[in-house]
Formats: sequence, C-alpha cells, structure tokens
Amino acid sequence: MTPLLDVKSITKFYGNRIGCADVSFDLYPGEVMGIVGESGSGKTTLLNCLAGQLQPDSGEVLFDMRVGGLTDTVTMSEPERRMLSRTDWAFVHQHARDGLRMGVSAGGNVGERLMAVGARHYGEIRTKAIDWLERVEIAADRIDDKPKAFSGGMQQRLQIARNLVTGPRLVFMDEPTGGLDVSVQARLLDLLRGLVRELGLSAIIVTHDLAVVRLLADRLMVMKDGHVVETGLTDQVLDDPQHAYTQLLVSSVLQV
Amino acid sequence: MSDYNYAYLDEQTKRMIRRAILKGLAIPGYQVPFASREMPMPYGWGTGGVQVTASCLHPQDRLKVIDQGADDTTNAVSIRKFFQRVADVGVTEHTGDATVIQTRHRIPEDELTEDQILVYQVPIPEPLRFLEPRETETRKMHALEEYGLMHVKLYEDISQHGQIATAYAYPVQIEGRYIMDPSPIPKFDNPKMEMPAIQLFGAGREQRIYALPPYTKVVSLDFDDYPFEASKAPGACAICGADNTYLDEVIVDDAGGRMFVCSDTDYCAQCQAAQKPTSQEGEAA
Repeated sequence: MTPLLDVKSITKFYGNRIGCADVSFDLYPGEVMGIVGESGSGKTTLLNCLAGQLQPDSGEVLFDMRVGGLTDTVTMSEPERRMLSRTDWAFVHQHARDGLRMGVSAGGNVGERLMAVGARHYGEIRTKAIDWLERVEIAADRIDDKPKAFSGGMQQRLQIARNLVTGPRLVFMDEPTGGLDVSVQARLLDLLRGLVRELGLSAIIVTHDLAVVRLLADRLMVMKDGHVVETGLTDQVLDDPQHAYTQLLVSSVLQV
Repeated sequence: MSDYNYAYLDEQTKRMIRRAILKGLAIPGYQVPFASREMPMPYGWGTGGVQVTASCLHPQDRLKVIDQGADDTTNAVSIRKFFQRVADVGVTEHTGDATVIQTRHRIPEDELTEDQILVYQVPIPEPLRFLEPRETETRKMHALEEYGLMHVKLYEDISQHGQIATAYAYPVQIEGRYIMDPSPIPKFDNPKMEMPAIQLFGAGREQRIYALPPYTKVVSLDFDDYPFEASKAPGACAICGADNTYLDEVIVDDAGGRMFVCSDTDYCAQCQAAQKPTSQEGEAA
C-alpha cells in the first residue's frame, strides 16, 4: 500500500535557529496523525512546510497524486501546488478569520472552492453549500449571513465546511479547537471525528491539547525544540511515555 | 503653445507610454505598469486617459471627448480644450468624424470603425481589488488564472439581490485568459466591446495601461442559470424617441418629475436631426 504522504527529513531554519529538523514520517489513507508539543517546538513550522505554505530548507514531501503517484510537493511548480491546496488538500486554521473571507456570506465562503475549480451553476453551488452547512450543524437559513455574525464555534465549523466541500483527501489542522470553550470544543471534536471516519479522510492535526489527539489521532508524534522525540500509537505514547519530555507533558495535564 | 512640448508630455514619456500600449495590445487584458506622470488635473479626472490620448495624438487627428456619453460636460470640455491648446488638434463632437475618442464611463452608441481609437479613463484597473486587497496576491491570481474569486462576487450579488446586481464595471474575460475591469461603463455597453476599433485603457493614479486589439473576444462573466444581461432603463429617450440606447434619468422638478434621455448626446442629436424633415413635412401637410 502506498502512503498518501511520505515526509523525508524536512528541515527548516529561521536564520541560525531551528524551526524543525530532520522530521520524517508516513501517513496512510484514512489515518490521522497528531503532532503535539509545547509552543515553540516547531509543530506549526512543520505543518506549514508540509502544506506548502513555507519553503523547507531541505527534505521532501511526497504526496500521492491522483495522476502520477508520489510527487514531491516542495519542488513542484507553484500553480500545481496551489491547485492541490484547493482540491486535494484542506487547511483548517487556528483562527477562523485566517481561513474565511469575513466580508463574504457563509454560502459564498463554502462555494468559493467550487467556483475555483470551475463550478458555474448558481443553483448547484447553493445546494451543495446548504448540504455542507447542515453537515457541520449550521442552520440552512444562515447561508446568507456573513461569518462576522457567527459565534467562534460556528466560524470554525464554517471553515471546516468550506475546506471539505471539494472532497479533499488530506486535511491539515492547526489547533482546530484553540480558543473555544470546552463544550463547544467537545461538539467540534465529535463533528470532526464523524467527518474523518465517514469520509475516510487523512489528517494531520497540530495541537498542544492532549485530549484532542487522544480522541482524534491514530498515531502521535511528540516534538521538542524542533526535533521529534517520540512517535507511536496514540494510546501507547500517552499511556506509556518513554521519553522524559513526553512523560513531563503527559503528567502536566490537569486532572479535573 | 510653444511653452509646452507637443501634446504636453515630453517625447521620452510618450515613447514610454507607447511601449506600454504596444505591450498591452500584445497581451490583451493584461495590466501593464507604466510611470504615470503628474498631469495638470487631479487624479480621478482622467489623468490616465489623458496620458494615453496624448501619446496617440498627431496634428491630423480629430479628437472627441465624452463624459458619461455627453460632449458638453465639464470634464469633457476641459480635456477637449486642453488638447486643442497643447496638441493643436482638431476637435469634433461627431462620433463618426473622430479619429481618437477619449471616454469616461461610456461607449458611443454609433458603431466605431477600424481607423478609430477609443481611450477609456479607468479609476481602478484591478477587477479583484475589492475581493483581495493585496496587489501581490492579485497579480499572482492573474498569472495563475485563479479566477474563482470573481465568481464569488457574482454569487454574493445573486444571494443578496436575487440577480447579478453589478450594473457597471462588470468583469469580463478576454480571449479566455485575463479577467479585466472594463472601467465603470454600464454593463449595457459590455457586448459592444467586441468592436473594430482599438480600445486603450489608462489608469493614471494606479499607473496601469491595458488594451484590446480590434475584434478581441470579450466575454462577460456569469452563471449558467443566471446569464449575463445587458440591461438598461426601460422605455425610450424623451427627446429623440430612440429605444435602443442607454438612458440617463433626469430629475426635472421638485415634485418627483423625471424623464429618461439618451446618455450619448451626439447620437441623440443625430436622431433628432434625422426626424426634423419628417416633422416639418407633417406641419406643412
């Protein structure tokens, strides 16, 4: 079985400082990979390198294209990469306002990716937008409201709908539940878990919240100071941490 | 007159602008940056159009200047007088007689010919400006033909107003490639852009020139189920009776009285002149 994503020793420096160093892993179709670590550990740098938003200094990111098999996305041309990022890839930002067009209605936000790949039938775009809004539990009658009028949790769900409407195969998520209160977080996680299972999505989730990866991720990567210090199945890493830093991380979780 | 170089701009500047025009003609719809000069008029009054016109003029030309279709408005009169003074050029109000026509926000009703040049004044050349404020990003979107966003604007129009409510500066796609702002002409004029005359667009403040060679394919963007429609106010001109022209609404008193008249004053005058003999015959009989 070919992996969907094959990452080979990605390294990114900011001047003399390490962003992330020598990170390698595979991701298979339908698999969810969690990346955890404290802030400044290089998780977001790594995610941006994988998603083509940052140019890594060295290393390869091989993606299993629909045509042509495993292709290095770092060296591919910019038009191809941008095409990927609006068809087969999705990127869910921590702050919904980074991923949404705040001046455009919810329907327009969801429809943008459809129109970007050539949809030119208003009725069909709208039907699809309504369908997706309902799937992320936003009432259909909010379709013409602007995201400004939405709560934080709704904005985040709208961002997810906007990203998934073109049926991507790989979703990058950067702290998808950051800044939401716990009950909203729980609903969002439930939704994400449902969507990932139902659509067979592969996902890479960056977070500092261990509960999020416990719920969503199959495998886990722990980062510290730009390096991967431990990898393994999520339950295994969280229940029996081997590296000193992972032990510290796991024991730091507040028990309620 | 002798205090200025011919047509106000110095020869180097005109050469630079002509180069930009030629490049624009070679890549229809592409916005060519140029070093816009200060002109003796404020930005927004047609500085781009004036520079393009100045670079095209020679003493044998006959210039027509219109503002919203009219030859007798302040802006049109000022620019016409300006070129009479600095370029020694003949002027006319008849569309058919002119060799160069500078226009603000209209295309004349009369069909133009192959030996005419139509110069548009453009306030904002970037059609994606209000959708994506970063110029670096919009240039990349043009380069990579990522035009999904333009349809988002039309989608928003339909979702809010039930139809494509954009009535002027209606975005067009040129030869299946560049998306272009046709300057704020009413969308009624969009179908006329596939014409035998050369069309040049000058944006002075934004420092961009773009162009359409004769007979270039110009498609107004739309949706399959909401096709483009060249709309105008219903009815006929109250003065000449023409029902196929773009109409201006004129308020005539304080009691809500209004009338619709041709926005193209030259065309309206022609229609009236054509009707006069018949009406005199009617009186005689």
